[in-house]
Amino acid sequence: MDLFINLFINGLATGMLIFLLASGLTLIFGLMDVLNFAHGGLFVWGAYSGIFAYTWSGSFIVGILGAIVTGFVLGWVTEKLIITPVYGNHVQQILITLGFMLVLSELIKVVFGPNGIPVEVPSYLAGSWEFGEVILIKYRIFIIFIGFVIFGIFQYVLKKTKIGLIVRAGVMDKEMVQVLGINIKRVFLFVFMTGSAMAAFGGMLMAPYSGVIYAEMGMEYAILGFIVVVIGGMGSFSGSLMAAILVGLAGSFMAYYVPYLSLAVNMILMAIVLIFRPQGLFTNAKEG
Amino acid sequence: MEPIIRTENLSIQFGGHRAVDGVNFKMQAKHFKSIIGPNGAGKTTFFNLLSGELKPTEGEIFLRGKSLASDSSIERTRKGLGRSFQITNVFPNLTVLENVRLAVQSREKVRFNFIKHYLQYKAITNEAVEKLEQVLLGNKVNAVASQLSHGEKRKLEIAMLLALNTEILLLDEPTAGMSLEEVPTILEVIRSIKEQGDKTILLIEHKMDMILDLSDSIMVLFNGKLLADGTPSEIMDNETVQNAYLGGLYDEQLIKT
Repeated sequence: MDLFINLFINGLATGMLIFLLASGLTLIFGLMDVLNFAHGGLFVWGAYSGIFAYTWSGSFIVGILGAIVTGFVLGWVTEKLIITPVYGNHVQQILITLGFMLVLSELIKVVFGPNGIPVEVPSYLAGSWEFGEVILIKYRIFIIFIGFVIFGIFQYVLKKTKIGLIVRAGVMDKEMVQVLGINIKRVFLFVFMTGSAMAAFGGMLMAPYSGVIYAEMGMEYAILGFIVVVIGGMGSFSGSLMAAILVGLAGSFMAYYVPYLSLAVNMILMAIVLIFRPQGLFTNAKEG
Repeated sequence: MEPIIRTENLSIQFGGHRAVDGVNFKMQAKHFKSIIGPNGAGKTTFFNLLSGELKPTEGEIFLRGKSLASDSSIERTRKGLGRSFQITNVFPNLTVLENVRLAVQSREKVRFNFIKHYLQYKAITNEAVEKLEQVLLGNKVNAVASQLSHGEKRKLEIAMLLALNTEILLLDEPTAGMSLEEVPTILEVIRSIKEQGDKTILLIEHKMDMILDLSDSIMVLFNGKLLADGTPSEIMDNETVQNAYLGGLYDEQLIKT
């Protein structure tokens, strides 16, 4: 039982980090039909800039804020420079965003050096709670908590505010939103920047969790993010949460029970979903 | 009085085919005009030109005396020219009320307020509910739009059009695809909009009884050309119209009404 709980918590925490990455990706895709392979670059930049701010200030909170600000700024730059010229053209989007992803990764090496940087959990989040045989690592619980909070905030904004209504409607039918006279480009820029900030936030939270940050981590997690978007249903926000948790749990359990399959499990999951439910597992009538 | 909207030699050419051909049309404010003509006469194309979906090959459109040549559809909507679509165009996964709220709030600039609950914008919700009551959907406010019948979707679409608050309404076959039982209520809805008296309405329809019932005037398009424009009785008595288009249909409708 304790093993099960540990694997579960572990998977859930990983899932939440992937969710932070995928939630932006899914809205960016859903709203403007943009395939953004540079998203992982924001993740790794968030990790590095956040850790830089954390080390410099000594405060983990400042580190998080640094990552989020970096995400916003880089998101703005990416949308204006990279995405705007290639609206409506998937092939160009894939090429230019993949290229930009490489640029972002290499720039990390230029700015922060080519070697991985070890990262420690801040003291107040270090350690664990023990309940008999069950050991709950505090930082993982913290990540899970943050994940649900972020999800809650986004659900509120999407479902209960005016801007959220526009975003949900835009995901369904962006042409129609434009016909109504709403400037969807402006809304999209905001979504893009927010998505980028979430990715950067995810990267920052990832750093103490994995214990080391390196330039290539962006690519690895970007792929997981895309898998989650496909499984959860493109444009579906709550779908991306469910799918991220599913991917996190599958990774965690498979790594323990069937380690030789752990790398393939996400691809297998995605393939199964694409075969049986190509619109995604969690898309339904109410979802936006 | 200056017409609220008029066209001058409005034409559009698709390859060798002139879908709309030199149409000079004008309309007074608060007027109700229907456009009739056989399929392929250019009615919807004419609407697309007015609303800015299509750019004319020749000619111009004037709204309150000013040319619309450089205005996009969105700008035309802002200036008071709103249209409904022949295909149902609602957001399927939003509720009925959300659909109309979106249309109401689309009149203002997008504001990035992530905290304020939509219910705090009472005026928007109230106006949305009011429009829904006007189209007889007051009892479906919280239904998801995809669950509505076809006729109800068309009504929702009209509510959204009303929510845009444009002075001119272009209604493109509001009864298209409707069951016979649903037609009378949409007629009722359009009549109530007319009777409120503040809208200028241009209607494309095939149902002659409905047209005769509602219209102040009727214009006939045939092969992209404006064949006739006049009061319903003038149109019905017009021999060219009878020969060119109405023919058997006219007699049939006359017997019915």
